[in-house]
Amino acid sequence: MNITGSIKRRLALQLAAIAALLSLAFFLSVRAVAERAAEDTQDNILAASATSIADALYTETGQIRLELPYSALSMLGTISEDRVYYRVISDGADITGYGDLPMPKLENANLSPMRGDDVPHFETYDYRGEPVRSVVISRALSTGDHAAQVFVIVAQTRRGLAAISSQITGTAMVIGAVFFCVAVGLSLLAAQNALAPLQRLASSIERRGPNDLRPITAQTPVELVPLVDGLNSFMGRLRAALTRTEDLITEAAHRIRTPLATVRAQAEIIHGNMNRSDNRSDLRDMIRTVDASSRSAGQLLDHAMVTLRSDQLEPQEIDLKAMLSDTVAQLSPTAELKDIQIELALPGDAASEITGDPVLLQNAFRNILDNAIKYSAAETEIKISLTCGDEWEISFADQGRGFVAEDIGALKTRFARGSNVGDVIGSGLGLTIADDVARAHGGRLAIGRNSGGKGACVSLFLPLI
Amino acid sequence: MRFAVFATYLSLIAAPVLSYEIEASRTYPGTSGAVLRVISTADIEVFEPLILAFQAANPAQEVVYDVASSAQLMQALFMDGAQYDLAISSAMDLQIKLANDGFAQPYISDATAALPGWAVWHDEVFAFAREPAVIVISNLHFGPLPQPENRTELIQLLRTHPDRFRGRIATYDVRSSGLGYLFATQDSRNTETFWQLTEIMGRLDAQLYCCSGEMISDVVSGKLALAYNVLGSYAAARAQEEPSITIIEMDDYVSVMLRTALIPTTAQHPETAGVFIDFLLHSRGQAILAEVGLPPVLPAGNTPGPALRPIRLGPGLLVFLDHLRRENFLRSWAGSIIQN
Repeated sequence: MNITGSIKRRLALQLAAIAALLSLAFFLSVRAVAERAAEDTQDNILAASATSIADALYTETGQIRLELPYSALSMLGTISEDRVYYRVISDGADITGYGDLPMPKLENANLSPMRGDDVPHFETYDYRGEPVRSVVISRALSTGDHAAQVFVIVAQTRRGLAAISSQITGTAMVIGAVFFCVAVGLSLLAAQNALAPLQRLASSIERRGPNDLRPITAQTPVELVPLVDGLNSFMGRLRAALTRTEDLITEAAHRIRTPLATVRAQAEIIHGNMNRSDNRSDLRDMIRTVDASSRSAGQLLDHAMVTLRSDQLEPQEIDLKAMLSDTVAQLSPTAELKDIQIELALPGDAASEITGDPVLLQNAFRNILDNAIKYSAAETEIKISLTCGDEWEISFADQGRGFVAEDIGALKTRFARGSNVGDVIGSGLGLTIADDVARAHGGRLAIGRNSGGKGACVSLFLPLI
Repeated sequence: MRFAVFATYLSLIAAPVLSYEIEASRTYPGTSGAVLRVISTADIEVFEPLILAFQAANPAQEVVYDVASSAQLMQALFMDGAQYDLAISSAMDLQIKLANDGFAQPYISDATAALPGWAVWHDEVFAFAREPAVIVISNLHFGPLPQPENRTELIQLLRTHPDRFRGRIATYDVRSSGLGYLFATQDSRNTETFWQLTEIMGRLDAQLYCCSGEMISDVVSGKLALAYNVLGSYAAARAQEEPSITIIEMDDYVSVMLRTALIPTTAQHPETAGVFIDFLLHSRGQAILAEVGLPPVLPAGNTPGPALRPIRLGPGLLVFLDHLRRENFLRSWAGSIIQN
């Protein structure tokens, strides 16, 4: 059996096939019953005709005579325009009628005198090139010296019967077809009804939010209980897996950053206490490499976190001003190493609450600012501004080397780096992270030149609500 | 019209084959060689306008028109297997016998489908004209006497004035006239007064005739006072010229004989015969029938009164062709009508 395809169609097809079978059975039985009734009607009229002829027999001077009644033949003409034949035989000799009309064999016909009078015997055979239905009855008549056995045969063609039969067939066919159509319509309805709980279940799952991994509690028919149980257990496992992944990322960030920071700090101390200049320069290189590794690891983990969470945001009320201040505070030690001034321009009075995922937004801000610091020369200035128009705009403008125009389109893709930054160590993930976060919040990331002079400007746009 | 003894045919199966006789024959040449052979009981003079009108519509068609008595028509088709494309007869019982016994072939067209049920049987016998059986009386002999309106009044009248009517009433000799036999048997079926009437007519020394025409002529001449069961169309034609006779349609019932056509199984051109039947049933053919004095069957709705009783086409007509039944009927009839 075909597993794919529509259950509804399969159900409807099977019900339709059953309906077709029932319609056919209905049609055949109606036709059989009706044709039987029509045949019985003809038989009854034939028997009545033969009986009325037999009743008109009489004897006259020892001879069997017959006054053929008008109604005997005219009654056969009342229901159909069929040919009519008759024959009357007395003791084997024809009295009147069609001498070649076949006389049934007595033993077959049970027409022995013992059987008594008027037991009609019916037969169907071909006569004069057409099928006829015939009846024969026997009658014992006294001719004075002996009792004569008289047989009356009446036959009629079956044209009227054929007409009735075709009419009945037509009617039965129409009734069968109507029955079939109604049954198919009802089975479609039944199939739809039977599958409605499945539809309801599907749409209730579809309506759920992306991070709604709660078990399904809706009432379902017993047939769907295993499916729902399976889904619930699957969602439970998925929820556990996601939690574990997030925990892993957090744990990994902690476990990697902390030892690297320790290594760096110790290297700085050693560097400070060291006298030989060539060793100092080696150590300087080592510290720089540790910095780069630390940043790369951080960015990779940030990216993983952003990718994981952007599918299932955990929005909260966030104060952008506070978050930006926080970010600046976190990174100002790094900036101070290069004597870079960070100027934060926040609107004084207006509220700056938005709904968003704090972990992600923090990641985005940190990566943009980190980039700005990294590519800025010493003793320069970075301006961060928060403005609110149709949407929130958070701009980071530096006085560094800026972007090469040809690179701008590609910079948001993973591991892509500008063509002018070969001398600076980087992972190519910072802008990707910021872009992912912006889009997860329904916003966008714009990168371009600093309008105030040389350098780059990266702007994060977020919708107001 | 000629009607003659036909009962012999039913017992003639083993008899030596006689050749049928034609009374008259006329050929109407057409532009092509195709021939429609018609055997008919209607006189050539009566039917000629129909044939000419048919040929006007079908100029290519040659028509051969043979006139025979209804018994000879039966002999030709039933016994001799003569090849005719169309058989037209006023003996509806014999036409039914031919169709019932398989000597006719079916024909179905729009025209035959439009016929009322009583005018067609088995798609083989088609009525195209009808003839009521009427009474013709001589105004001279009746004088102030009330005209009978039904058979009971007629019997009463004959009983009341036996001297006035003795030897001056007439009807068909049903022993020799097929049409007379048909009308008489239908009368016997319709009413018990038929036998009373026959009895009283016999007592009044009824004259027996072979044909309607002669009876009407003798009423016109004053030889007869009353003729019972004569063809209405013949009487109407004579009454237009002769004010001395009056036609009475009985109001208890009027037997209506149907003139019918059928296509024999021996037909060489059954399609052409079908075209001719359609022509007869078409309004043009029906109009010409009315002109030549054969009342057409159509339109079916023009039945003048409820007393008109068309003799039913069907197997019932076979009953009076049964030779035992015929013998009995003729014996009773002769016993009643011939008393001297």
